[in-house]
Amino acid sequence: MTGTELVIDSVTLTAGAHRLVEDVSLAARPGEVVGLVGPNGSGKSSLLRAVYRVLRPASGRVGVDGADAWSLPVRQLARTVAAVVQESGTESDLSVREVVAMGRTPHKRLLDGDTPQDAGLIRWALAAVDATALADRPFDRLSGGERRRVLIARALAQQPSLLVLDEPTNHLDIRHQLEVLATLRRLPATVLVALHDLNLAAYYCDRLYVLCDGKVVASGPPADVLTPRLLAEVYGVRSEVTVHPRTGAPQVTFLPGEPSAAAPAVP
Amino acid sequence: MTAPVTDTGAERSVRQRQRGDEQAGRARLAVTLAVLAVVLVVSAIAGLAIGSVRVPPGQVWGIVTHAVGAGWAEPDWSAARETIVLDVRAPRVLLGAVAGAGLAVVGTAMQALIRNPLAEPYLLGVSSGASLGAVVVIVFGVTLLGPVSLPAAAFAGALGALLLVYATARTGGRISSARLVLSGVAIAAVLTAVLDLLLLTTDRGNEARAVLAWTLGGLGGVHWDTLWLPGAALLLGIGVLMVQARNLNLLLAGEEAATTMGLDVARFRARMFVLLSLVTGILVAACGPIGFVGLMLPHIVRLVVGGDHRRVLPTAALGGAVFLIWADIAARVVAAPLEIPVGVLTALCGGPFFLWLMRRDARRSADRGGA
Repeated sequence: MTGTELVIDSVTLTAGAHRLVEDVSLAARPGEVVGLVGPNGSGKSSLLRAVYRVLRPASGRVGVDGADAWSLPVRQLARTVAAVVQESGTESDLSVREVVAMGRTPHKRLLDGDTPQDAGLIRWALAAVDATALADRPFDRLSGGERRRVLIARALAQQPSLLVLDEPTNHLDIRHQLEVLATLRRLPATVLVALHDLNLAAYYCDRLYVLCDGKVVASGPPADVLTPRLLAEVYGVRSEVTVHPRTGAPQVTFLPGEPSAAAPAVP
Repeated sequence: MTAPVTDTGAERSVRQRQRGDEQAGRARLAVTLAVLAVVLVVSAIAGLAIGSVRVPPGQVWGIVTHAVGAGWAEPDWSAARETIVLDVRAPRVLLGAVAGAGLAVVGTAMQALIRNPLAEPYLLGVSSGASLGAVVVIVFGVTLLGPVSLPAAAFAGALGALLLVYATARTGGRISSARLVLSGVAIAAVLTAVLDLLLLTTDRGNEARAVLAWTLGGLGGVHWDTLWLPGAALLLGIGVLMVQARNLNLLLAGEEAATTMGLDVARFRARMFVLLSLVTGILVAACGPIGFVGLMLPHIVRLVVGGDHRRVLPTAALGGAVFLIWADIAARVVAAPLEIPVGVLTALCGGPFFLWLMRRDARRSADRGGA
């Protein structure tokens, strides 16, 4: 397995006086696909931002192959770490191919042109997200799901050995959700991905970290982490977890009604 | 990372077509640039020929080639015509080309840096800041830096105005078009008011009138010996921006995304702001604030060559040069013998363009669900 080792060590993130993430530690071994799950506002996106250098930790350390991500030059980090973020760009009149070509930037010196190798990587990245046919379309005119796939292709074109993704399957139809996650699994890279869908997370991730109120409340292989008790605590829902006979992965089924374990008392 | 080895006939044909498209894009840019270069030469000859004294284009060609030592034609023109073409019109046409190119590339870069399609030195009050800086030097007779006092003060004024507009328009990491234009207008209004106040209360009445005409933007009265500074500013501006074209592209992806692709956004923007203020300040010191060139040209050019800055910047520079040469010809001709400040004419085209752009923008963001 190739890939970069990621070690997040007791990271605390703040926004003003508000604590977004408190004393979180997380490790991803080279080549591992690590999922980050948790309810809205639990700190998933914030934690990812600390890895791709947008939100500086108030304390703690983000280690990328042993080096402090926050003390490396931004460009050098970008040759190792790529990210798919939630933010949308501005109107740009760029074609899909030009958007994906941006991913090559950290590997380029100031006056380097685009080489045939770049063009080949861009084509490969587009093919990997089933977007080959979109290459010459204006990026601004794509649908939300198509745009998402192109942004994933841009991150792939960056040739990262650590790929960080914030809800990459948002807006994607089910076939493309499966394809994108399968592509991530095949990459010769370490992957840290925030996901909403617990069943997808269970099937495609080697290990999961569950965040709640900015803290890690559970971590480990999906089968150990995803239990009705934990889901009741973290999400406040009733559920049943079975091992799916065909996939062998834990399968979460949500049930109507209040969870008995964490039900708030009715006044 | 290895590319997949599967290669069906269909995939291969798609790939070949894509390679063809990439080459077609480059060829299209080359053709566009070549056409614009020819148009620029023709425009410059027209700029030298047209005016109160009409000089036939053939004679203009003869005079110019003779002057640069490449002429084969026997001089059959009067000395007066030679003076008009070489000493009166040539510096003016050159300044028009330099200012047009400079304003167009500054506008292009500003739109990427502020991430807003309406950004432009004139609309954001940057030109007003430069004007005020220059006028302060003129009115108070500051000569601290010798002959470069005026451009230096214009640069300082431009940078101050740009930072002020940027700081007031930015909330929560985003700049809305409405806030940007409003703060630009407000800051330009205040700066212009201060400028008018200075001019009206100064003792030097005659000078004030000349300066007031200059604040409308005009290319008249330029001499060969003052042309080097705007020329150098243009070369510096285009040179640095072309080198940074990839990074300007990254900003189109958003600030977070640009960071993940290796751009230190805050530092980059600070440096570029200084560069753009420098170019704007020097151009304003040379020919007054000329509006809307930096707004119109980048948008028109993007429709033709797409949004990649490696293509937009050179195309916009050539287009801006052509545009301002013709705007200046019109300024000399439409109300002859009276000469109209060229800034009045560019505003005449630019105002409606601005309104169209604003409506298009509003429509697009409505289409994107208010994003």
